[in-house]
Amino acid sequence: MAETREKLLEVENLQVTFGTKRHPFTAVDGVSFDIYRGETFGLVGESGSGKTTIGRAIIRVNPVSGGTVKYKGEVISGKVSRETDRRIIQNIQMIFQDPMASLNERAKVDYIVSEGLYALGEKLSEEARKEKVAKALSDVGLLPEFASRFPHEFSGGQRQRIGIARALIMEPEFIIADEPISALDVSIRAQVLNLMSRLQKERGLTYLFIAHDLSVVRFISDRIGVIYKGKLMELAGSEQLFAHPLHPYTQALLSAIPMPDPESEREKKLVVYDPTRHGYTENDPPLWEELEDGHFVRGSRRELEGYRKLLGQ
Amino acid sequence: MPNENAILSFEDLEIEFTLRGQVLRAIRSVCLDVYRGESLAIVGESGSGKSVFTKSAMGLLDANGAITGGHIWYEGKDLARYTTEKEWRAIRGKEIAMVMQDPMTSLNPLQTIGDQIAEAVRLHQDLKGGAAKAAAVEALAAVGIDEPERRYKQFPHEFSGGMRQRVVIAIAVACRPKVLICDEPTTALDVTIQAQILDLIKILQKKLDLTTIYITHDLGVVANVADRIAVMYAGDIVEVGKCEEVFYDPRHPYTWALLSSLPQLGVKGQALYSIQGTPPNLFHEVHGDAFAPRNPQALNIDFVERPPLFEVTPTHKARTWLLDPRAPKVEPPEHIRQLRQKGGYLHG
Repeated sequence: MAETREKLLEVENLQVTFGTKRHPFTAVDGVSFDIYRGETFGLVGESGSGKTTIGRAIIRVNPVSGGTVKYKGEVISGKVSRETDRRIIQNIQMIFQDPMASLNERAKVDYIVSEGLYALGEKLSEEARKEKVAKALSDVGLLPEFASRFPHEFSGGQRQRIGIARALIMEPEFIIADEPISALDVSIRAQVLNLMSRLQKERGLTYLFIAHDLSVVRFISDRIGVIYKGKLMELAGSEQLFAHPLHPYTQALLSAIPMPDPESEREKKLVVYDPTRHGYTENDPPLWEELEDGHFVRGSRRELEGYRKLLGQ
Repeated sequence: MPNENAILSFEDLEIEFTLRGQVLRAIRSVCLDVYRGESLAIVGESGSGKSVFTKSAMGLLDANGAITGGHIWYEGKDLARYTTEKEWRAIRGKEIAMVMQDPMTSLNPLQTIGDQIAEAVRLHQDLKGGAAKAAAVEALAAVGIDEPERRYKQFPHEFSGGMRQRVVIAIAVACRPKVLICDEPTTALDVTIQAQILDLIKILQKKLDLTTIYITHDLGVVANVADRIAVMYAGDIVEVGKCEEVFYDPRHPYTWALLSSLPQLGVKGQALYSIQGTPPNLFHEVHGDAFAPRNPQALNIDFVERPPLFEVTPTHKARTWLLDPRAPKVEPPEHIRQLRQKGGYLHG
């Protein structure tokens, strides 16, 4: 089913290394996945797993030390021409986690929202720019008058809308949302999630949704990648993943989801993931294989055999 | 006078803050009993006053805030009358202790973990030198930290987030308090770690005979830990009841709205229910039911008169005119009705 759709983003064997040459730290190691046009791809993992680093590597904030990122078939990692760079800036935008920290406190909303336009250096008349800002603000459900205010005058939910308007004004095709709702209140979360899905429907946006909360990711994503210590553990359609979690780390994550239901919480059995249980050796290295349609798992030959049996049942 | 089974009892509590000459009514005449040995969760959005409410029982209000009415009864003493630090020191940490939200900021980065725990022990248990150290090491072991002797000498930066939160808990329980207040204890942590920390608090509660008060906006956490739930909105408790009563048979429109907006309840491809508008500005006087302006089904009286706490069952009360016998019948939203039958929630 998936093969017929257009691949918007292809991440191949991505590696990101921090630190010095002598003390390197590999934050992302050999990660590969594709994102199709119009879908929401969820990336889940605990803090320090490298999920944010992947997002930042795609948008070229963090340099890539190995592998490639392709956008519409064109390589966008490493050195690229100035023209490509401009196109990426326009086409790929990011929504950040904490709307309290990600907006310039000393700038008016008008400037914050149009900063991307300034950066592109497009020759826009002042009127055309103002009109664009007003449009972007009303698209996210804010009043155009808000343009003359400062960020501190807004609530958390409104500020996150400003963050979204700032991304939308560039008319991007692909948005990387890095934990866009984890800093928000429960009742505001629903508003922002609804806004994101409405915009996706209206504009055919593609999302990379990075989060640690699987219940939210399940609600919004079509496919989910589970990442642990810089490596992908499992990748599947979201219902597939919830129905047949194969990798023990995925099972641990699923078992820990807090459910707003006292009865199921009481029956909850926590699965604790022990990374040493695999016993990978040089002769028996972990492989990355597709076990059913679109369902990839990492495991040794023996483990994969077990997973296949599980799926067969 | 307070209920006999209550270890901590808030009676008509009023808290006000003065900000640039304006008065903000953060807590508006709230009554709540916390029963001995129970685990109570106070749920609400940010700004609803849940943190301020519990901080008042530890004398931790900011300098511009004050208790302007009511009582806080603890073991026959009225904490609302306490004014000096000396009085509070006999309560804070020793009788009522607190676990703060963010373990990254609530520990002193320049002091070893052991010293920070030993400090609490020295202050409240009159132990010195080796005895204080032994108590601290024991506290570290009790919260599930391996090799407590070695860890004792380490600094906070050598601990992961989950481990740091364990240390914070160790400090809180080292002095054997009777009441433990956990202010968003897991918000800053990963889901897998979150579950482990909650389990730890539950184990300690049993072992040390604690009464725990959780402050949180995460209803998943609440379902896991709470015996009873108090829902707070705009400085007032709008609904209080046993965990099952509030989750399966909520009565206040705000509780309905809060439960409805959870993504766990959402149907994929459909919009989530979201609460319109924003919470009221507490600088202005609130008339009637504070939630009425955001409630599409609000009654006329909701805008005029503050509803009393109506009793649903002896343990379940809600502050909404819908429970008045004269009120028209307003059905809760469809998915809230489904909660009464198990299976209304998505099961992972």
